[in-house]
Amino acid sequence: MADTRTTSFPNVETTVLGADEIVINMGPQHPSTHGVLRVKLKLDGEKVVNSECVIGYLHRGVEKIAEHRSYQQFAPYVDRMDYVAAVSNGLGYCEAVEKLLGAEAPPRARVIRTILTELQRIASHLLWLGTHALDIGALTPLFYCFREREEILKIVEKYCGARLTTHAFRIGGLQYEAYDELEKDVERFCKDFEHKIAEYEDLLTQNRIWLGRTKGIGVLTAQQAIDLGVTGPVLRASGVKWDIRKAMPYAAYDQYKFEIPTGRNGDTYDRYLVRVEEMRQSRLICLQAIQNIPAGPIMARIGKVLKPPVGEVYHSIEAPKGELGYYIVSDATIQPYRVRIRPPSFVNLQAFDTMVRGHLVADVVAIIGTIDIVLGEVDR
Amino acid sequence: MNALIEFFRPHLLPLLYALVIVAVLPLIVGYIVLVERKVMADMQARLGPMRVGPHGLLQPIADAVKLLIKEDIIPENADKMLFWAAPLISVTAALLALAAMPIGPKFQIADLNIGLLFILGISSMGIFGIVLGGWASNSHYSLLGALRSAAQLVSYETAAGMALISGLLLAGTLSMHRIVEIQAGAGVWFMFLAPVGFFIYLVASIAETNRAPFDLPEAESELVAGYMTEYSGFRWSLYFLAEYVNMIVVGSIATTIFLGGWLRPFPNVNALNFLDAFPPLLMLVLAGYCFYRTPKQPVKVQKGFLAAVGLLCLALAGVLGVVLAPAAAAFKTPVHGTFWFLLKVFLYLYVFMWLRFTLPRYRFDQLMKLGWHFMLPVAIVNVMAIAVALVLHRPREAGGLDWGLGASLLVSNAGTLIVAAYLAAVGQRRASPVVGGA
Amino acid sequence: MFDKALFYFFASLAVVSAFLVVTRRNAVHSAIFLITALLATAGIFLQLHAEFLFIVQIILYVGGIMVLFVFVIMLVNLDVAAHQPQFNRQTWVASLTALIVSGQFVAAFYLSRKAGSGRALFGLPQAQATRLDPNTELIGLTLFKNYMLPFEIASILLLVAMIGAVVMAKRRV
Repeated sequence: MADTRTTSFPNVETTVLGADEIVINMGPQHPSTHGVLRVKLKLDGEKVVNSECVIGYLHRGVEKIAEHRSYQQFAPYVDRMDYVAAVSNGLGYCEAVEKLLGAEAPPRARVIRTILTELQRIASHLLWLGTHALDIGALTPLFYCFREREEILKIVEKYCGARLTTHAFRIGGLQYEAYDELEKDVERFCKDFEHKIAEYEDLLTQNRIWLGRTKGIGVLTAQQAIDLGVTGPVLRASGVKWDIRKAMPYAAYDQYKFEIPTGRNGDTYDRYLVRVEEMRQSRLICLQAIQNIPAGPIMARIGKVLKPPVGEVYHSIEAPKGELGYYIVSDATIQPYRVRIRPPSFVNLQAFDTMVRGHLVADVVAIIGTIDIVLGEVDR
Repeated sequence: MNALIEFFRPHLLPLLYALVIVAVLPLIVGYIVLVERKVMADMQARLGPMRVGPHGLLQPIADAVKLLIKEDIIPENADKMLFWAAPLISVTAALLALAAMPIGPKFQIADLNIGLLFILGISSMGIFGIVLGGWASNSHYSLLGALRSAAQLVSYETAAGMALISGLLLAGTLSMHRIVEIQAGAGVWFMFLAPVGFFIYLVASIAETNRAPFDLPEAESELVAGYMTEYSGFRWSLYFLAEYVNMIVVGSIATTIFLGGWLRPFPNVNALNFLDAFPPLLMLVLAGYCFYRTPKQPVKVQKGFLAAVGLLCLALAGVLGVVLAPAAAAFKTPVHGTFWFLLKVFLYLYVFMWLRFTLPRYRFDQLMKLGWHFMLPVAIVNVMAIAVALVLHRPREAGGLDWGLGASLLVSNAGTLIVAAYLAAVGQRRASPVVGGA
Repeated sequence: MFDKALFYFFASLAVVSAFLVVTRRNAVHSAIFLITALLATAGIFLQLHAEFLFIVQIILYVGGIMVLFVFVIMLVNLDVAAHQPQFNRQTWVASLTALIVSGQFVAAFYLSRKAGSGRALFGLPQAQATRLDPNTELIGLTLFKNYMLPFEIASILLLVAMIGAVVMAKRRV
């Protein structure tokens, strides 16, 4: 859109009732864009005809920084991308470098990594659910979701000392041994969590107003989703059964039994159902994992100074928001030559235009929420 | 001089009531806001305001002081006269509607013989406050929000009016005082005779006061920020006051027409006279609860405060109990009546708050569809049904079938519910077209 | 005495507001003053013990029609209108005509009052000292008994107007 005259006021040339199209700007400071996202909407009356997302407000040059840090030094930076689920970012990066090195984390480390990553998946979906419901007007689920998220963050804090930007994993395994009551804490959380999910569903799933606001909104067909490269719950809600945990298992996922929930219509309601069901499946994975955490070392023997051989690797994991990929090129020095991060939110956000066309302005907020973006990831 | 006194004498008591209402109501509204925050917190598994004063009791005072000392910002190209006048119109309309409200059998400023119509008409003047406020802010978003809000108010006003007509038909008079007296004579609240009307009025009054789930024009997470955006400080607090006084007004209307006003449940039924003991008992239970929780408070100030509240409840229980004695029979109805009225309005407002924190928000077009495609037709059908019931109830000489009142109303309400179910099904079918591949 | 004072208050409010309606540059201000004029008229109705007319004036005229006026004024582009000259060149002719017509009205009223029923020009009935009570019931009975047909015709006219407006303004949202 070569539209340079947009400011924060709409461009009104005729009457306000708008025989012509007007352009409205949303953000970058807006309560519902989940970060600093700017959305330009071209409206015909109340309907959105075209849209454009302007990003980059949170660009910190993370990939460039990676070229000047050693592999271990770069690990804390990846937490800051998807700061809502920091642990999974670390998992993707550490496994990518391990692949480059040709090393593998010991089994005990892999299982603990899985537990923490699944807990973070639950935490990420809880935050998504709370804020999405808040955008649509339900004030209460936010507090309930954060109450559960608090429990998870307590576990993570007990493990590695930080709640948000955790740097929980190291290249080659873990630094910290699992603390004594980790299994008990996780088990207590998981036992209680089933009731809590039932609480959220009570409030929302069969609620007429919720159905009215989410059914048929932001439809993305399976073919469109595949064409746009969308991954994660958005893809699965459109009916495509693709989950990297099952397709190309990493960490300890091949040892556990869990389902991949898929939707049918690819609308906002299906994405809601898929994520709630994913929370349940993650809970099952955690329960299975704590049954037997293998004993053994938590760190592989890879030495302190990491100089991977010349080569490149692309490793992706199923982050809560979609496929998080790391493409690392090594030139046999202690600093990588190039680290390219494929953030799920960045690619999913491209589907926004397709999803929002033809909808009313009031649905824009719901659609932004349903893609589940984190600007830290989108902009890096 | 004497002539002046003689002239004012019959107006002294109403003037006193008016003074009491206008002086006390802002304070009461402040505490209703505190109650709402506490109820919100309770439903969200947290505590609410706790810092300012024991259990957050001085929070409204702190908020009021803060709002009063804020800088008064007027947007640059705003229309100054309208900017100043708009909140005043809202507040005046809201407060004026309380002039005809029977808060107790003797506590009414003016018993107009068009009382109900007066209240409806004056409340509808509040729309100007909103529209002019949005216009005077000289902001595109404020104007759109104001127009949306006004459109919503106008739509639901028709449905609310129709719902009130069903109560009106049962009463046969527009005077608020007489409506309650007729409910006393009938021995049952009109809510039981016209439940569909009550329910429609409940929903329509939520939309009237711009409360969730109908609060899209004022929601923060929406694109259009609402008519109150450019107002800050005292002007904004006037709008806020107007909104909560409007809530009290619709609660009072519903209480008077459908919930029996100042009457206790089953007012004239002698067998249930023991219900008269409920007010003092309720106050005693509250006092007991306060005293029970007093030793459990962590801080001395909170201990003292809870004990004071307990003593206050005890005093109220005493007053309510004393008037039950046959010697003070003349005072029983006014005192108990005011208590019942305030209790009912409070319960009505509690339902408002409960719904606000449970339900998501309707989108604007869904809101308007609900109002015009469901609420209004059902309200109109309800009026016809009640009218038919009343005709069926008439004795044969007057052209009716001499059915009992209960039977005829049962039939008519059943008819209305069937129509409502049909309209709801049609609405659902229209709202969810079959998606391809479903 | 109090009644007279109240009447003069409402009457002067009505006249001043009406004057301000036509002299304001800003159309929204004109609408506001029209509302004040209507409210003052409603007050006069109330003084005549016609309380139903009073409240219907407020509900329908002020709360319905004036809201419509204000909506339309706000949605129409006013910048162009505000810059146009407010008074055209016929101001003096218009004022003269208005003066003459009002003079005729005033003369007619005074003459018919002084002369009694013999030389009455309008045959205005004497104002009643007692209340017209109950106003609402009286109006209701009259409308539904004596003037049922005109009432129904008026309703159908309104319905036709509503349908016409919806059909003309409707477009696919």
